[in-house]
Amino acid sequence: MMVERRIRVLVAKPGLDGHDRGAKVVARALRDAGMEVIYTGLRQTPEMIVSAALQEDVDAIGISILSGAHNTILPRIAELMREQGLEDVRLMVGGIIPDEDIPALKQAGVSAVFQPGASTHEIVDFIRTHARATPTQS
Amino acid sequence: MSKDEGLGSQLQVARHDNPKRAPSSAEMAWQERTLEPALKRSPERQEAFATLSDVPVERLYTAADLPGFDYARELGDPGEYPFTRGVHRTMYRGKLWTMRQFSGFGTPEDTNRRLHYLLDQGQTGLSIAFDLPTLMGYDSDHPLAEGEVGKCGVAVSSLADMETLLAGLPLDRVTTSMTINSPAAMIWAMYLVAAEKSSVSWKNISGTTQNDILKEYIAQKEYIFPPAPSMRLVVDTITFGAREVPRWNPISISGYHIREAGSTAVQELAFTLRDGIEYVEWVVRAGMAVDDFAPRLSFFFNAHNDLFEEIAKYRAARKIWARVMRERFEAKNPRSWMCRFHAQTAGCSLTAQQPYNNVIRTTIQALAAVLGGTQSLHTNSLDEAWALPTEEAVTLALRTQQVLAHEAGVANTVDPLAGSYFVEKLTLDTERACYEYFDRIDAMGGMVAAVEQGYPQKEIHDASYAYQQEVERGEKTIVGVNKYVGEERRPIEILQIDESVARHQGQRLAQLKKTRDAGRVESALQALGAAAGTDPNLMPVILECVRAYATVGEMCDVLRRVFGTYQEPAFR
Repeated sequence: MMVERRIRVLVAKPGLDGHDRGAKVVARALRDAGMEVIYTGLRQTPEMIVSAALQEDVDAIGISILSGAHNTILPRIAELMREQGLEDVRLMVGGIIPDEDIPALKQAGVSAVFQPGASTHEIVDFIRTHARATPTQS
Repeated sequence: MSKDEGLGSQLQVARHDNPKRAPSSAEMAWQERTLEPALKRSPERQEAFATLSDVPVERLYTAADLPGFDYARELGDPGEYPFTRGVHRTMYRGKLWTMRQFSGFGTPEDTNRRLHYLLDQGQTGLSIAFDLPTLMGYDSDHPLAEGEVGKCGVAVSSLADMETLLAGLPLDRVTTSMTINSPAAMIWAMYLVAAEKSSVSWKNISGTTQNDILKEYIAQKEYIFPPAPSMRLVVDTITFGAREVPRWNPISISGYHIREAGSTAVQELAFTLRDGIEYVEWVVRAGMAVDDFAPRLSFFFNAHNDLFEEIAKYRAARKIWARVMRERFEAKNPRSWMCRFHAQTAGCSLTAQQPYNNVIRTTIQALAAVLGGTQSLHTNSLDEAWALPTEEAVTLALRTQQVLAHEAGVANTVDPLAGSYFVEKLTLDTERACYEYFDRIDAMGGMVAAVEQGYPQKEIHDASYAYQQEVERGEKTIVGVNKYVGEERRPIEILQIDESVARHQGQRLAQLKKTRDAGRVESALQALGAAAGTDPNLMPVILECVRAYATVGEMCDVLRRVFGTYQEPAFR
């Protein structure tokens, strides 16, 4: 029979920054919303993140960046995702992302940007609406 | 008391019972006559009230909340044990707190200009923020530094950068605080050599290196090496400082980052002071007498929104530390008993929405720190939910302190809230809750063991998640975020740091590596590796590396090879 597969999300913290309060709160909120969450831990390179996404067969990747390195890191992740054929996986970012950086990030392949003050409900809703939710046989 | 007894039993003497509230007959009569009819006519706004950290707050505090309150035991006079009222006899009547704005961005030239500007504006101490590559022990040209150079602080890879950063600053007259942890020994060595080269004696320089590695494992996560060798580096800097740089605070034991990671006020206090106990134990075990270094231990706390909760936290901090130092460690010098601290307003309380509201939040938080008796203060700027502050924003933040100091009247008398039933009760309850955490951590075998088990990390995460849920349910109000939300968003100017900083730093490093004495660098780094593998104090070999212009990245690479690196316990 066909069952709805649980949405799988990779939550990752790239770059050198260690401020993981946001990443961990989001990871727990997604779990409480019934999703399967894989949290990578700190200081992941774009290569490590995309390889984990591939291995874990996730539907969405949530990146937390507070350090200002988003313009360097996110386009690189998006590029690696394309190389690996992960076009149908949603790439999202949360953190300190100024308004003026958003158009270029969207252009590069980021589906959603959650700025300071965003609620975990907005993030859950976005994933539920937009992440690939492929029914699987069981 | 012998040193072998557990901390819990040693602190028994300081522990109070939590006596039951015994209202007077007059108070009971008031309740019946006045209060109850009033409550029937118009109930209160909420069923229950609580502090920001969810400590219940009662309607009214009276003498009944402080049965048997003993002035000498609970407060003492200012400048005397247990220092609840402050570490100085006259507090701000004698000398205002040091106004110290944390500052650092871009190249060493950029930050040098900002430091000079702040001194010109009346700031009385310096405080330097380093960028993430520097904090993590990587040079500006390391691949992992890409996109991060100069972004969250100033990029400093070598003595040459430090000399540029400090150019023209009177090192014998200003005190400098440096927020650096894992590579604190290397960055401090650069500061010491910069002083040496400008002919300022180490005996005459003063300042603080944050150097608090335990709170990195607990909260901020900028760790490099595993706990044991990291603690050794801390011990080496403390003992070296005690002998060679007597006016330097070799560590700033920090609750700030613990609170920013989402802890409650009590967790901030308890984990910070328990970290302090851990450091003292390690240095004593390394053979130094407690009174030879304890007077130079300093602390760093957060100043959050809940005015009275914060004031109680600072007052409890002084009282607990005094008792711990005198009773547990048998320190004899009153200066060893003093909890001297820096405070910074809460970055995590700033909102990206309606950023001008942040000026008001910062003012209230700064007021808490002043009423709580801080020794120095950083006030955040209104734009810091978005970026490092512009010069205009940081000037307004400094002016906030100056208005508090000179216009508000709050610096005119010592510990003005003492004797407030509410503040004294909160102070006692904070103290009691803190000792309970000490007991739990003690039972785990101390703070290093607790960190390795992920205990404080889990406690903080649970508190931060509970807070987030309360905000999202509207049980906690954030003006401009979940209440009084405006439609329009007025943009503010924010500081942009582009990749030209990384190119500039890369070129400087390439130039440095061509001009320095490669043989001297090589042998200094070899000596560092050899010393790290054995027992001696590492400061002398690190100083020699620095004098040879070895970089932070080169020194940390050597130590990464000898010490290994740390991975934190998995988050589930």
